[in-house]
Amino acid sequence: MDDRFKRFGTVSFTAVTKTNDFISHLEAGKVTGTRCRVCNKLFFPPRADCFFCLSSDMEWFPVSGKGRLITYSTLRYAPVGFEKDIPYTIAVVDFGEYKVFGRIAKDIPEDKISIGMELEVKVNELPNGQLNYVFCLPRL
Amino acid sequence: MGRVAIIGVGQSAFVRSYPGGIRELAFEGFKEAILDAGIKVSDISASVVCSAPEYDKQRSPAGVIAEYLGLNPQPTFYVESLCSSSSMGLRVAYSLVKSGLHDIVAVIGFQKMSEITSAESQERMGRGADIQWESPFGTMMPAYYAMYAQAHMAKYGTTLEDLALIRVKAATYGQINEKAVYRKAVTLDMFSDPANPMSGPVASPLRVGDCCANADGSSCVIVANEEKAKIFSKKPVWILGLGSATAPVNVTGRELFTGLAVARAAAEQAYKMAGITPDKVDVAEVHDCFTIAEMMAYEDLGFAKPGEGKDLIRSKETYKEGKIPVNVDGGLLSKGHPIGATGGSQIRTIVLQLRGEAGPMQVKDPVIGLVHNIGGVGLYGNVTILGRE
Repeated sequence: MDDRFKRFGTVSFTAVTKTNDFISHLEAGKVTGTRCRVCNKLFFPPRADCFFCLSSDMEWFPVSGKGRLITYSTLRYAPVGFEKDIPYTIAVVDFGEYKVFGRIAKDIPEDKISIGMELEVKVNELPNGQLNYVFCLPRL
Repeated sequence: MGRVAIIGVGQSAFVRSYPGGIRELAFEGFKEAILDAGIKVSDISASVVCSAPEYDKQRSPAGVIAEYLGLNPQPTFYVESLCSSSSMGLRVAYSLVKSGLHDIVAVIGFQKMSEITSAESQERMGRGADIQWESPFGTMMPAYYAMYAQAHMAKYGTTLEDLALIRVKAATYGQINEKAVYRKAVTLDMFSDPANPMSGPVASPLRVGDCCANADGSSCVIVANEEKAKIFSKKPVWILGLGSATAPVNVTGRELFTGLAVARAAAEQAYKMAGITPDKVDVAEVHDCFTIAEMMAYEDLGFAKPGEGKDLIRSKETYKEGKIPVNVDGGLLSKGHPIGATGGSQIRTIVLQLRGEAGPMQVKDPVIGLVHNIGGVGLYGNVTILGRE
């Protein structure tokens, strides 16, 4: 059984998905989405199937470049399983053709976060060995 | 086809921890609605049972509840759309009656949240979002609504004090609602006092006082065709408009973060079906699971223009004596939010208002009322417009 997806995030609620290669890409240091080879539509989060043209012929692309912060929230109370992570900040970042939901890197203090700021995405290994990705300041 | 009416409403008290099982909890709202309608249980030709799963262990709760309420052998089924389950149940009941398949249908909502802890509840609710791509980051309902609050404040200059004012209003009416879980007053001072639990941070910018309380409760709405309504009811309340919409679960699929697209879409449908404009609404119940949710509802329902919701609460226009009274029963914030029972309780409040039976919460002579009930974080939206003769 290909259950690679159980490695995603502090607690994963999914083990088996047709987008399991996403995890292998994280292990290789890349955050990826999918592109429909028939209609060229980009998807993040990645999908195995295109709801525009109903094709399942997908290829991977790397999420790269700078996005803009749409909104965010810093949690000081956590659901079961995430207590050790608090405080942490969740956010939605707009990359133009798609948006990405994730966490903002802990090394950006909350008072330095503002809507509209530029952010990049990078792979992050969690203390429990799980993998996710975080938004960080663009490299100069 | 004739019109469709609501001929009976009921709800249990909303409490922190109900001392009984889900079937007994459901009985409380059901009994009140049956007595209110003046019908026999055997007059009901179908039931729709509404809740959100995983708070209690019962699978397929419709069967158990139908048995306990004496609703065998009539058909029953289960409707789920998270926090808007019983408004969705009303939409189903309307369809069943309007189609002629059934003449009287009971919509029974319930939730017993106290069987699990608050942190477990946040985890369950968090899994009402995208469990594959969002939940692994540690999401929960307050944090999603907090992202909408952050965006609304940044774009429109809405302040934390504006949000707190909504909580103060809710508590004003929670104190006079015997069915409310939170019966105490809330003042702005509580939000500025770091020692007060109301000011405790949950998910920025939302604080404890911005969030509704989990509760156990049940509700019931009896829906009938025009013929039965005229036989049984002296004051039938008519379903004038229904609107319902969905949005992408994953927030990355959304364009709007300063309002809820589902509420706007559902409201447009409901206003069109009822043939009215927002200014014709005399009293409203909106889904204030968080203070920001009520603020966005003012704007999404057209009571205020986008960004101007704050002016309504600052000028107290949504109080009982104002231009458009909203949540004058305490709302989810003070009355409590037992997920599957909430929509039915909102409908009950509006029915009582239109019948002039809302007691100390009664607004002056309303003709048209509106219910706005949201499931998940703007995932499911239902707007219902009710009117009296």
